[in-house]
Amino acid sequence: MKKLMLGNEAVARGLYEAGCSFVSSYPGTPSTEITEEAAKYDEIYAERAPNEKVAMESAFGASLAGKRSFCGQKHVGLNVAADPLFTISYTGVNAGMVIVVADDAGMHSSQNEQDSRHYAIAAKLPMLEPSDSAEALAFTKLAYELSETYDTAVILKMCTRVAHSQSIVELGERVLPDPVPYVKNPQKYVMMPAMAKKRHPIVEERTAKLTAWAENTEINRIEEGKDHSLGIITASTSYQYVKEVCGDTYPVLKLGMINPLPVEKIKSFAASVDRLVVVEELDGIIETHCRSLGLAVEGKETFTCMDEFSQKTVARDLKLPFEEGRAFPEEVPARPPVLCAGCPHRGMFHILNKNKVNVLGDIGCYTLGALAPLSAIDTTICMGASVSGIHGFVKSTPENAKNTVAVIGDSTFMHSGITGLVNIAYNESNATVIILDNSITGMTGHQQNPTTGINLKGDPAGKINLEELVKSIGITDVAVVDPYKLEECDKAVKAALSKDCPSVIISRRPCALLKNVKHPGAISCDTDKCVGCRSCMQIGCPAISIRDKKAYIDGTLCVGCGVCAQLCRFGALPERKEF
Amino acid sequence: MTKNIMIVGVGGQGTLLASKIIGKLFVAKGFDVKVSEVHGMSQRGGSVVTYVRFGDRVYSPMIDKGEADYILSFELLEAARWTEYLKKDGILITNTQKTNPMPVIIGAASYPENIEEKIKGLGLNLDAFDALSLAEAAGSAKAVNLVLLGRLSRHFDYADEDWLAVIRECVPEKFIDMNIKAFYAGKEVK
Repeated sequence: MKKLMLGNEAVARGLYEAGCSFVSSYPGTPSTEITEEAAKYDEIYAERAPNEKVAMESAFGASLAGKRSFCGQKHVGLNVAADPLFTISYTGVNAGMVIVVADDAGMHSSQNEQDSRHYAIAAKLPMLEPSDSAEALAFTKLAYELSETYDTAVILKMCTRVAHSQSIVELGERVLPDPVPYVKNPQKYVMMPAMAKKRHPIVEERTAKLTAWAENTEINRIEEGKDHSLGIITASTSYQYVKEVCGDTYPVLKLGMINPLPVEKIKSFAASVDRLVVVEELDGIIETHCRSLGLAVEGKETFTCMDEFSQKTVARDLKLPFEEGRAFPEEVPARPPVLCAGCPHRGMFHILNKNKVNVLGDIGCYTLGALAPLSAIDTTICMGASVSGIHGFVKSTPENAKNTVAVIGDSTFMHSGITGLVNIAYNESNATVIILDNSITGMTGHQQNPTTGINLKGDPAGKINLEELVKSIGITDVAVVDPYKLEECDKAVKAALSKDCPSVIISRRPCALLKNVKHPGAISCDTDKCVGCRSCMQIGCPAISIRDKKAYIDGTLCVGCGVCAQLCRFGALPERKEF
Repeated sequence: MTKNIMIVGVGGQGTLLASKIIGKLFVAKGFDVKVSEVHGMSQRGGSVVTYVRFGDRVYSPMIDKGEADYILSFELLEAARWTEYLKKDGILITNTQKTNPMPVIIGAASYPENIEEKIKGLGLNLDAFDALSLAEAAGSAKAVNLVLLGRLSRHFDYADEDWLAVIRECVPEKFIDMNIKAFYAGKEVK
C-alpha cells in the first residue's frame, strides 16, 4: 500500500516493520513525531523519558535484554545523550539498536545549528542519512540489520526537511526478529579500563568492515549524467535540491551512509568527472573526507555552512539559471511567534519585567518571554542552564541574589533542572528559581512528562509532585502561585528575593491550549470607559490591539484569562472571574 | 511538469490541515507528491508556510521565490510577505482578514496599507476575498482553510466528489458537514 507520510512517521513505520519493540525518547523538534507515531502501534512499547540520556540508556538496556530498541532526539538532545553514546560504541549491542538524531539547519525551532554528523565520526558509529520518507522507512530497517550484523548501535540522521516533509512510501509487514537471549559478558559490557582497551580495537576493525560495506552498498549510488564536466557528491535533502536543479545532466554520487564514508567509490567517481563539487548542508564533512583522499574538490567556499539550502541556493551556487519572483514593494513587518492568548507564562513574565530583575531563562515556549513587550528573559542556553546558571551568578556576586531569578518549565525542570537545584541546595546559594508549571511539554506540541501523571499512550502513570521533590532536595522556602493573579505573583517574587535562603516559586496553571482546560470565554472592552492608555498592551497578548484609539479584544483569540483586566485602571475590561 | 502550491498564514490557523487535504488528493490522482511543513516554535502565532508539490517525479520538498503556481494565504499581510514566491503567471488567493503581528501591536512597525492594490500593481493575479465571513457563515471561523481550498478547487478539473472524499478522510466526523459547507462557500463565491 502506498501512503503519503512525514519522514518522521516513516521512521516510526520502519521501527514497526523492523520488529522494534522498545522506544524511549524525549521530545525535540524536529524529531518529536517519530516517537508519537511509534506509540500508535500496539506492538511497540513507547515512552517519554525525562531526558535524552535516560532514553538512550533505557534503549540500550532493552537491546541488552534482547529486544530491538530505539531512541530519537534532536541535535542538541544528542549532546545530552553523548555520554552513553560514546561508550555504547565500545560495547556494541545485543539486539539491534537504532538512534535518531534530527538536525535543524535554518534553526526553525532550535538554539543552534550544530551538525550532528560529527558525532558519528567522533563516537565511531555508523550513520545513515535518508533524503525522503521512503528512504527514512527503508534506512530504519536497514539500520537494524547493520546493527546486528556489525554489533553496533546505528545512527539514523534526519534533518528538518526530511523529518517534516511528506512523501510517498510503500508499506510492508512487521517482521519479528529471532529472539536473542541475554548472556552475561562482562568483557563486552563492563567498560572499565582493562576491558575497554580490548574493545577499542574491535571498534576500529568494525569501522574498517563498514567502510568495505560502504563501497558496495546500493545506498551509496552513482546516478549517471550526460555531462561529465561536473560531478556532484551529495546526501540528505541536498540531494533533492541537486536533482531538482540538475536533473540527469551531471553525474551524482548520492550517499546514504555518511559514516564511514567510502574511499574507492569516491575516488573512482572523482576520476570520472572534470570538476568535483560536494553539496552538503552545514559543515563540510564529506568535503573534508574527499580532501583527506587527496582529491581536488569544491565545497564550503561556495556552499555556505549556514542555514538550510533550497533548489535556488544550489542553482545560484552552481551558476545555473533560476527564476526570480516579484517582491512586495515595501517592507513587510515580521511576524515572530508569540506566547498564545491566555498563556499562563504571561502574568509571571509581566511581573518579572515590572520588577526589573535579571532573568536566566531556559528552553521551551516561555523562551518567547524574551521578546518585547514582555522582555523578561536575559539568557537562553540549553535545557536546565537557568537553574545551574543562577547558582554561579549569585554565588559569584551575592549582591545579585536580590534582583535575579531563574525561570524553567516543568518538563525542562524534570529534564535537567533538578541537578542544578541540588547544586543550589548543596553549595548554598541564595538563588530564586521559578518553575513555570503549565502541566505539559508545550513547545513540541503537548507531550506528557513526569509531572503530568499520564504516559505517552495516554494512560495514567506515575506523577512526580514538584513541591515534595523540591522540598526533599532541601529547599525550605517553596511557594505556589497562580500566574493569572498578578498581585499574588508580585508578592511571591518580592518575598523570595528578600530572603537569605534559596527559594522556589512554582507558578502553576495548565497550558491554555490543552483540551481539558476550560476558560470563561472572550471578554470585550467597554469603549466608553477605555481612555486608550495602553496599560493592557504591556503584556503582549496577541488578542489585544488598539482600534480607533481604544483597546480592542479579538474575540476569536481571547480566552478570558483576565490578566489584562488587572492592569486596567479605568474599569474598561471586565474584572477577572475565578475559574 | 511539477506544480507548486504554497499555503501561508499565521500559526494556529489550520494551514496543516489544508496541506494534508491537497496532498492526499494528488496522491489519489496518481501523482508523485511532496508536502513540507514547519512544526515547533513558529506554530505559536508566527508566520507559517507549507509547500505542496505534485507531478510525475518531485525532488525538492520546498518551493522557492518565483516558483509557486498558487499561493493560498490565510491572512493579508502574509500574502504580502510571500508574494515574491509567486510565478509571474501564478495565482495568489488570499483571505482579506488582517491579524496584527506583535511588532504592529506594540507600535514598532505598521501594517502596510492597500496591500491588494500593491500586489496587483506588480502585475500578479490576485484573488482576494473575505474567507473569514464565509467560514463563520458555514459554522466556524476555523474553517477558513476549507473556504480557501474551495476557491482553489476552481482551478482544477476534478469532480467535487474527489475533493469531498479526501475532506471526509481528513476532518473529524462531527465537523465533516460544516467543512464541506465551507468548501462550497469558497468554491461558489463570486
